[in-house]
Amino acid sequence: MLLKRIIPCLDTARGRVVKGTHFQQLRDQGDPVALARTYSDDGADELTFLDIDATPQGRATLVALVERTAHEVFIPLTVGGGIHDVDEIRILLRAGADKVSIQTAAVQRPELITEGARAFGSQCIVVAIDAKRVSGKGWMVFTHGGRIPAELDAVGWAIEAQRRGAGEILLTSIDADGTRAGYDLELTRAVVDAVQIPVIASGGAGHPKDLVAVLTEGKADAALAASIFHSGAFPIPQTKAYLADHGIPVRR
Amino acid sequence: MIALIDYGAGNLRSVQNALARLDATCTIASTPEDLTDARAIIFPGVGAAAPAMARLRDRGLDQAVAAAIRNGVPFLGICLGMQLLFEWSAEDGAACLGIVPGTVERMKTQKKLPHVGWNTLEHVRPHRVLEGMEGEAFYFVHSYVVVPRYAAVAAAETIHGVPFVSAIARQGLVGVQFHPERSGTAGLRLLENFLRFADGEAAA
Repeated sequence: MLLKRIIPCLDTARGRVVKGTHFQQLRDQGDPVALARTYSDDGADELTFLDIDATPQGRATLVALVERTAHEVFIPLTVGGGIHDVDEIRILLRAGADKVSIQTAAVQRPELITEGARAFGSQCIVVAIDAKRVSGKGWMVFTHGGRIPAELDAVGWAIEAQRRGAGEILLTSIDADGTRAGYDLELTRAVVDAVQIPVIASGGAGHPKDLVAVLTEGKADAALAASIFHSGAFPIPQTKAYLADHGIPVRR
Repeated sequence: MIALIDYGAGNLRSVQNALARLDATCTIASTPEDLTDARAIIFPGVGAAAPAMARLRDRGLDQAVAAAIRNGVPFLGICLGMQLLFEWSAEDGAACLGIVPGTVERMKTQKKLPHVGWNTLEHVRPHRVLEGMEGEAFYFVHSYVVVPRYAAVAAAETIHGVPFVSAIARQGLVGVQFHPERSGTAGLRLLENFLRFADGEAAA
């Protein structure tokens, strides 16, 4: 049976992790490679690096970081943040990323999804959607880190992304993100029901029970989370044990 | 020396990195000559069948791969690298290498395609490369599956709504639908099994 995936997300900038992590066993808490290795050893099913520094220097550092990670970590790695053309996708995949996540650039120029899928295969193109509930309109897409409305319906955009060749959707609820009060189950389910490709739910995890909810009620194929893992509050093995106890098929 | 076939289809790097982790050195083989001295061959691959076959033929690697397998060189096909060993693929209707009787078909399942993520191996047949792999989870990314004409070549199955052949084995030839190079410790163990198997065959 296909197992539900648990994906820690690391925010990086200039080759460092930028959100605080609390792993006592790590000498260098800011080194994404060390953290990636720890998560991988702990049983994470994939890893996502989200680079928040889109400057040219930042990009070069990110590529070097991906290369270092690929030497040491043998689970799938998705890299996102400021990717806006096929050349950037190629460079990151060559460096050892398995997938790239594209967001704002895909909204601005949806052909990028098609071009990426045609050049490298749908399996490595993840379209990230940041969605926010807007009264009277349902869920709308926002770009630039949730600041700018794209005037796109989130569910419709997910369908369009799939049609253009996206291999997966990484769906973040702006409303839930950072609240630690649980994923937006309704949004997640609406997108899952609208597309055939896998949906990774993101935003709002505060407890393993939130992952259970989004993987069952929310029908997500995978759950991405950051702070519940980085804080050390719920390490991956305990989280997975909790999921397994609640009937979710996970890799142990 | 282990040869890693480079025909421009996908990322060799992750396989190379995994082999490096296992202290195995490999050469990148992009011509038939590069394969002549190989004591073992790994045939990776991601992407679509037709362009991959075209690139193999352009480089004369189609004949070289067939010859190496005929000569019993330990061989590991990964994902598309396993599928291309069959006769024909429904993906673009591509004629493939025809080394293993059977075809490659789109998976007939009610579940989501592509089949992406970790899934387990069931009914693993005895083979040194697959030793200890029963029930282990590996990372898959694909929509097409191999349909061997003779059941005996199937070495493991996996269930995604329906069962499909997730590994094949015939003497020195092993193929896996999943990506051992992306499957954490279980994947590294499988690659290590293959390296040890190749050493054993070379010594024999």
